[in-house]
Amino acid sequence: MKTALVTGGSRGIGKAIAQKLAETSNVAVGYSNSKEQAVEVVNSIQANGGNAIAVQIDVTDNESVEKCFELIEKELSSVEILVNNAGITKDNIFPRLKQDDWDSVIDTNLTGSFRASQRAIKGMMKNKWGRIVFISSVAGISGNMGQSNYAASKAGMIGLAKTISKELGSRNITSNVIAPGYIDTDMTSFLNDEQKEDIIGQLSIKRVGKPEDIANMVSFLCSDESEYITGQVFPVDGGLTT
Amino acid sequence: MEVNEVFEKVKNLFVDELGIDAEKVTMEAKLEEDLDIDSLGIVEVVMAFEDEFEIEIDDEELTDVGTVGQAVNLLHSKL
Repeated sequence: MKTALVTGGSRGIGKAIAQKLAETSNVAVGYSNSKEQAVEVVNSIQANGGNAIAVQIDVTDNESVEKCFELIEKELSSVEILVNNAGITKDNIFPRLKQDDWDSVIDTNLTGSFRASQRAIKGMMKNKWGRIVFISSVAGISGNMGQSNYAASKAGMIGLAKTISKELGSRNITSNVIAPGYIDTDMTSFLNDEQKEDIIGQLSIKRVGKPEDIANMVSFLCSDESEYITGQVFPVDGGLTT
Repeated sequence: MEVNEVFEKVKNLFVDELGIDAEKVTMEAKLEEDLDIDSLGIVEVVMAFEDEFEIEIDDEELTDVGTVGQAVNLLHSKL
């Protein structure tokens, strides 16, 4: 069984990804602050017969990233599947956006993906097999009101993923991006009913996305069946960006 | 560590990490032409050196390394 690490795996999309990957892999559920929720995800996986551990990983901190990988290598094996899912938002309309909020979003979403990917690639190069999936956003493709920092970080992940795909394809390492649309999670819970109806009106599939919609795509991109697919961006958005 | 000990370790890394035939790994062998190591392969070798010898190698130090012997001498000088 292969070993997967899902950063930000304790909640929302990351939780669904961890649970889905656990059907075929050992899963390290990465969390930054929500330890209890990560343990709940681990328990739910184990209750279904899967194998999982909870590991702390603050993707803004090199030392924490190193510790996390060392723990996974000790408890499971080297990380063969990495899902860069940890992300934050600090929304503000661009003229009012503070640099601190720019910096922290870029540092977590984009530079955090860099840190985790670079560490993961060490083992993947040795194994001559690896899967990296970046959870970006349709905001990274189309931009989004009030999310200049978030959109820039998510667009940056696309450039990173595409470059990794070119550099490491010869070692059977694929690197792909999923761009979720409006998914029903804590991150979108601030939307009121009217806003939700507005959004649904723009979609071809007339419902808000579920975390499982993303997890299904991640699962495919992490499988052996997807070995000829790399450097691509897959919107999973109910038709929002067509 | 003696130069020949470094060479033996280096040879093992080439064989184990990159699957290169042991007899091809001589001090004179050119990394790219004789051993068919691409640029990513050189990165793999360097990372393996860093782990094996517990050292850090700067990219600048690598610019003059084209043969196994030059790599061995660089490593020997850093130990």
